[in-house]
Amino acid sequence: MMQGHTSLLLVVLPLIFAPITAVLPRGRLTWLATMAVTSICAVLAGMQLMMVIDGGVISYELGGWAPPWGIEYRIDSLNAFMALIVAIIAAVTLPYALLSVEKEIPERQVPLFYSAFLLCFTGLLGITQTGDIFNLFVFLEISSLSSYALISLGRRRQALTSAYQYLIMGTIGATFFLIGVGLIYSETGTLNMMDLAARLPGVADLRTTQTGFAFIMIGFALKLALFPLHLWLPNAYAYAPSVITVFLAATATKVALYVMLRVLYTIFPEGVVAATPTGDLFILSGMFGIISASVYAVYQANVKRLLAYSSVAQIGYMALGIGLGSATSVMASIVHLFNHALMKGALFMAVGALIYRIGSSRVENIRGLGRQMPWTFGAIIIGGLSLIGVPGTAGFISKWYLVLAALEQQIWLVVAVILAGSLIAVVYVGKVIEALYYKPPVEDNISVKEAPMLLLLPTWALVLANVYFGLDTGLSVGMAEHAVETLGIIAK
Amino acid sequence: MSELSPFLIYFLASLLVLASPAMIRNALLLATPVLAALHLFFNIEPGMTASYTVLEFEMVYLRADKLSLLFAYLFTLASFISTVFALHVKDVRQQVAGLIYAGSALGAVFAGDFLTLFIFWELLAISSVFLIWARDTERALNAGMRYLVFQVLSGVLLLAGALLHYQETGSLMFDHVGLNGLAGWLVFIAFGIKSAFPFLHSWLTDGYPEATPTGTVYLSAFTTKVAVYSLARGFAGEEILVYIGVTMACFPIFYAVIENDLRKVLAYSLINQVGFMVTGIGIGTALSLNGAVAHAFSDVIFKGLLFMSMGAVLFRVGHVNGSDLGGLYKTMPKTTGLCIVGAMSISAFPLFSGFVSKSMVMSAMLMENYDYLWLFMLFASAGVFHHAGIKIPYFAFFAHDSGLRPQEAPLNMLVAMALAAFVCLFIGSQPQYLYALLPWEVDYWPYDLTHVLTQTQLLFFSALAFVWLNKQGLYPPELHSTNLDAEWVYRKFLPAGVQRGLAFAHNAKKSTVAATVVHMNSIRRSLSESSIAKYNLSESWPTGSMVLWISFTLVAYLLLDIFIYK
Repeated sequence: MMQGHTSLLLVVLPLIFAPITAVLPRGRLTWLATMAVTSICAVLAGMQLMMVIDGGVISYELGGWAPPWGIEYRIDSLNAFMALIVAIIAAVTLPYALLSVEKEIPERQVPLFYSAFLLCFTGLLGITQTGDIFNLFVFLEISSLSSYALISLGRRRQALTSAYQYLIMGTIGATFFLIGVGLIYSETGTLNMMDLAARLPGVADLRTTQTGFAFIMIGFALKLALFPLHLWLPNAYAYAPSVITVFLAATATKVALYVMLRVLYTIFPEGVVAATPTGDLFILSGMFGIISASVYAVYQANVKRLLAYSSVAQIGYMALGIGLGSATSVMASIVHLFNHALMKGALFMAVGALIYRIGSSRVENIRGLGRQMPWTFGAIIIGGLSLIGVPGTAGFISKWYLVLAALEQQIWLVVAVILAGSLIAVVYVGKVIEALYYKPPVEDNISVKEAPMLLLLPTWALVLANVYFGLDTGLSVGMAEHAVETLGIIAK
Repeated sequence: MSELSPFLIYFLASLLVLASPAMIRNALLLATPVLAALHLFFNIEPGMTASYTVLEFEMVYLRADKLSLLFAYLFTLASFISTVFALHVKDVRQQVAGLIYAGSALGAVFAGDFLTLFIFWELLAISSVFLIWARDTERALNAGMRYLVFQVLSGVLLLAGALLHYQETGSLMFDHVGLNGLAGWLVFIAFGIKSAFPFLHSWLTDGYPEATPTGTVYLSAFTTKVAVYSLARGFAGEEILVYIGVTMACFPIFYAVIENDLRKVLAYSLINQVGFMVTGIGIGTALSLNGAVAHAFSDVIFKGLLFMSMGAVLFRVGHVNGSDLGGLYKTMPKTTGLCIVGAMSISAFPLFSGFVSKSMVMSAMLMENYDYLWLFMLFASAGVFHHAGIKIPYFAFFAHDSGLRPQEAPLNMLVAMALAAFVCLFIGSQPQYLYALLPWEVDYWPYDLTHVLTQTQLLFFSALAFVWLNKQGLYPPELHSTNLDAEWVYRKFLPAGVQRGLAFAHNAKKSTVAATVVHMNSIRRSLSESSIAKYNLSESWPTGSMVLWISFTLVAYLLLDIFIYK
């Protein structure tokens, strides 16, 4: 039972603290509380992962109501790993948040900011923990609503419009998901994932079930920002406060990908990827996404937007992994999910440091800053190399497995697209580095100094993680292999 | 300890250089190649291997045999000479890049498997581009970027080829690959880009002349020679290489003769010399392979010497345009003399290093009955003498007096050049020491009557041709001009094509959209004109198009599900 409490605490702790931070007096106390909560959650998530590895699946019945009637938290190695990613990223982001938030958010909104942050954190963790598909929708809405609020806190007026747009889009996505869940519920009469898994094979051929499945897929494809449903993402990432960009880029789309995997491999019967258009559509949109989003990235004038488009391209890689549908490819997808959280976290943090100093991330404004801010610049270089997939960085590992997976099935076009994506990444990363180092600095920025230590330390923690997981793949690949085994994907 | 791969010495040194004060930096820079050389001589013997397991793959970071050792000796020597030449440079960026670059070249020749090779292949690309960028001009920046794109492309192809090779054979070991199947071809093209095959060569003539005076010396030593080494190991005896090599030896002649930037002339001449090596590899007999690697050895030294002399001129004068130089021998006599030694070596005068190595390839061609191609190579040899042997020293140091009176090159440059010149003469006169290092067993001696006579005849007649053409005013004059090469395709043709294509697509889209709008309007008045025309995947405020796309995707998904996948 102790095990279950850990899993429950992970969700309940931030949920309880969200209103508390809102009423705490202004000042750094709110930050401290949030920091404490995220750190404790990171430790809890680590413990939970250990328990799953040692003792197998954890099942916790909320309020003692037995599933399938009550809500069940069901933790296997895949969602334990996901929860750890979310919690660790939050815990690393928080030290960074202190200064960045003080700079970017008006003082009176700071407590509300942290409150919304904790709600978003609750939602994302909840999605990873729950074993009930309607409960998942609830958590999805918690995380989405709070992230709309968080994005709208950005300094520019466009932040409001972006948040509004994301709200409209996100709501459509969530509604699609809910419609899908409703249709499936009408056929099976259950909302518990394991129960659904047992009942769905019997009704899999019904038109209603298929339509429900389609709604769920498309709804989450939107939350995942799968090309061409990515249009909300560049603006949302570009205009959100720096901390939120870091946090959402590293976690939100990842959690959406997790739900995809869960729906495809746990809830629906074996072989659903191949039996429906899912596999082919994912490959198709993955390939188009990689190429076109990378090309869009090259033409962006704002580094945050450039990285946002690059995120869309990276999501394309993960989609390819799901689309190919083999054990290796899904593993590559999970590894890339983890590695991409590290690299985009590091890069957005470094860009946030630039914004902290000069208040802008436009390419023409950051010129020449690389010489004045060598550590930030170094972080961008290493993060960029990882994004390109240079050996010795985390990015190489996931692309390597993805290429292997494509080669296994002899799909040459996919291999070519993956490699072409890396080549275009060289161009857009090169563009940022060129501006930072090889262009003369703008007059106003001549006296700009290196970012404060409190911003640099978390950034470099993620940068070093990029290098570490490029050399030692024990945790990332090991966990992904474990998760693939749990999902029961057989080698094609 | 003895299984330490020498690249580590360089990489550690580069870290130390970063951390150390300017005072001891030069000592460190000089000590590195010396240490590496000692390590190579005393600790590493043919037949040694060492590996490290990562990601369930065995990374063989040290595979020593006579072939890799020969290149390792060459690279340590070249890095020592280049370091001496660059001793006056205070730019840490170049020093570190130079060390990593030389170290990666060593790592690449000792790499026993494709993964390790790939890693060093990419490191070569990334470290070397800084030697171009370090010039800090807009031109250098752009040229460096283009250079990098080619190099990375080569790496990507190598990785793809290696993976395929792994799929086919289940092994990542880097041995003879051969041109069967896609894997072989991908690896072949990857090597081909780095060794500047025709049409894949423009990164070289585009990038090298833009590098710093000292950077070009480094660049000329490593990248193409690593590629030659890889070709010799992976594709020895592939006949297509003979034809590629002959083309490479011939076509740069024309460009080199009309080119005005003397370092670009040398870049073309570099391709021409690599042509001889590639031909040797293509013939694939023990003699020709020995000739190819021996020629790589002497080429690094004499081409380095020539690049150094032009680097010295660039350093003192600020440019190396043939049309605006001349008469420099009056104030730079030592540089002039050393440049002439390099020129004579590249032209393969007997007693100079080019002669003892190039003649091996030429003899092997005759033995394998490539008579016609041999004539082409003869033409190429004469051409070398023209553009590198005479043109470089003549236009830089003699010709009409330009009035320039620069100082003699700094001492460290002179020492480096003298060192290279000594090696040229030593190999040329005492070839048995170089021959003893060659990987394959061959009994060959260049100094017989036929060889010496043929070569001397060739040289004197082509000197005669130069003198006569010059006297008659027929020799292409040195002009400020832009010569179009293969790079035109991607610098002018493709961008223009893409722009036109985009414009066309844009127009097509516009007219399609307009037509759609008109059509739709006629059916449903309620649909406003602007709402359709705005559905675009990169626009900034996309609520409308998002909704369109999500409904489109859902409908497509359902239709496919119902009609196709049942």
